[in-house]
Amino acid sequence: MRDLFAVVMLSGIFGLLSASFFVAMDAVDVAFTEASVGAGIASLLMLTAVTLTGRSEDSERHRPMWALVVVFITGGLLIYGTLDMPYFGSADAPIHLHVAPRYINDSMQETGLPNIVTSVLASYRGFDTFGEVVVIFTAGIGVLALLRVGRRSGIHRVMADSIFYLMHEQHLILRITTKILIPFILLFALYVQFHGDFGPGGGFQAGVIFAAAIILYAMVFGLPTARRVVNRTFVRLLSAAGVLLYGGVGVVTMLNGGNFLDYNVLAGDPVAGQHLGILLIELGVGCTVAAVMVIIFFNFSGRRDNL
Amino acid sequence: MELIVDISSALCLLLGSFLCLSGGVGIMRLPDFYTRMHAVGVTDTLGAGLILIGLMLQNPEGLVEIKLLLILVMTLFISPVASHALAKAALRNHLVPLSDRNENNGGTESSKP
Amino acid sequence: MLIAATIAILVVMILGIIRGITGPTLYDRILAVNMFGTKTVLLISLLGFVMGRPDFLDIAIVYALINFISIIGVLHFSDSAVFRHDPHDSESTTKES
Repeated sequence: MRDLFAVVMLSGIFGLLSASFFVAMDAVDVAFTEASVGAGIASLLMLTAVTLTGRSEDSERHRPMWALVVVFITGGLLIYGTLDMPYFGSADAPIHLHVAPRYINDSMQETGLPNIVTSVLASYRGFDTFGEVVVIFTAGIGVLALLRVGRRSGIHRVMADSIFYLMHEQHLILRITTKILIPFILLFALYVQFHGDFGPGGGFQAGVIFAAAIILYAMVFGLPTARRVVNRTFVRLLSAAGVLLYGGVGVVTMLNGGNFLDYNVLAGDPVAGQHLGILLIELGVGCTVAAVMVIIFFNFSGRRDNL
Repeated sequence: MELIVDISSALCLLLGSFLCLSGGVGIMRLPDFYTRMHAVGVTDTLGAGLILIGLMLQNPEGLVEIKLLLILVMTLFISPVASHALAKAALRNHLVPLSDRNENNGGTESSKP
Repeated sequence: MLIAATIAILVVMILGIIRGITGPTLYDRILAVNMFGTKTVLLISLLGFVMGRPDFLDIAIVYALINFISIIGVLHFSDSAVFRHDPHDSESTTKES
């Protein structure tokens, strides 16, 4: 299949399918993430990338035989390595003997959150999540460094505005529906953000949904209008502020005499401290994710339109 | 009373599944894009609505009911608008409907299903 | 009855996948994705009821919203100049006629 657009469509179907699969396997949080990231934002960003590069795949100029050999050797070694591991789902695997029972039995007393996934993500594995947030932030910086477009000249701006005006004057129904829907999407993103302690959800999903609402606005009303609504400098600052908030919580815990990201010392009561810490770092994650997604979309899309 | 609610819920679910199935058959069997879109666009809204109403009758709890209602309202908004936008984009990008195509060819290919 | 509805939705999803893979024009594929999204929303709500965990409805709401956004995105980008003058599209339309 050489039509990249069709490939993106099929990958969207794949995202939807795998999310239903996760739901059937009872992994609600994973399904939530797959829903918002895999099926939604990822295919949108891939579409913008496809519009930058052209629609059909180039014909191959070289035969990657050596690469295939290397891949086969590495894969064989990896499969050889898995032979020592315990069987899939076996009850006496180390993870089922030591880590999982602790999370399931003690996390409610230690963090006071009913959703075990959130307490593992934000509290027990706080370092990993910090790493993920930094990776997302780095992706945003990379896009800014590679694709940032300079200021356009005045006449170009007028032309682009009139093109957008013509294009978006036609979509009356779309505009009105979007206007009705966007407040609900933003509200739902906030619900996901702050309800993540109790049900499925959390900072990653909420950030992506928030960004999706802004991207929807930008697509229907045109990029210049969206840039007037969402200030670019503010978005850049926000993406850094999320990471700083996350790291700042860790520094405060160190100043209070605990380890890095040890939320017990944030408040007098360990459970209250855990709750406060998890809330704050989820907020940081949400800010960074939303801001970086908006940055990536604005830069890809702006480059395509030469704005 | 319980019985009536159960029966109506089952009826809604059954009718909704039938509509969805007919939409699925339509997307497979119909000859060109616009007819397929007609099959899917119509049955999607009504079938989804009926299934959601059937689920609402199954579980009279507060929050679940509100969420189902939200999904229902959103489906009613989103599905027709998406179909409208899709048809408009296809027309503007010069995808000719099957009936027009046959007329332009002077009826020589009208034997095509 | 819930199980029957779930099976019906699964069958429709399989039909949608077939159309998405074979679909002669780009718009057929978009249509298949759109239908697949709606059916996923229904499937997740039904599964939530079958398995007795109505938390799943949150995911269904996300799907309904994301589905709309991605369809609008696809249409927005298919309007752009790169796509309109693509040889593949005209080829496939003539093939179908």
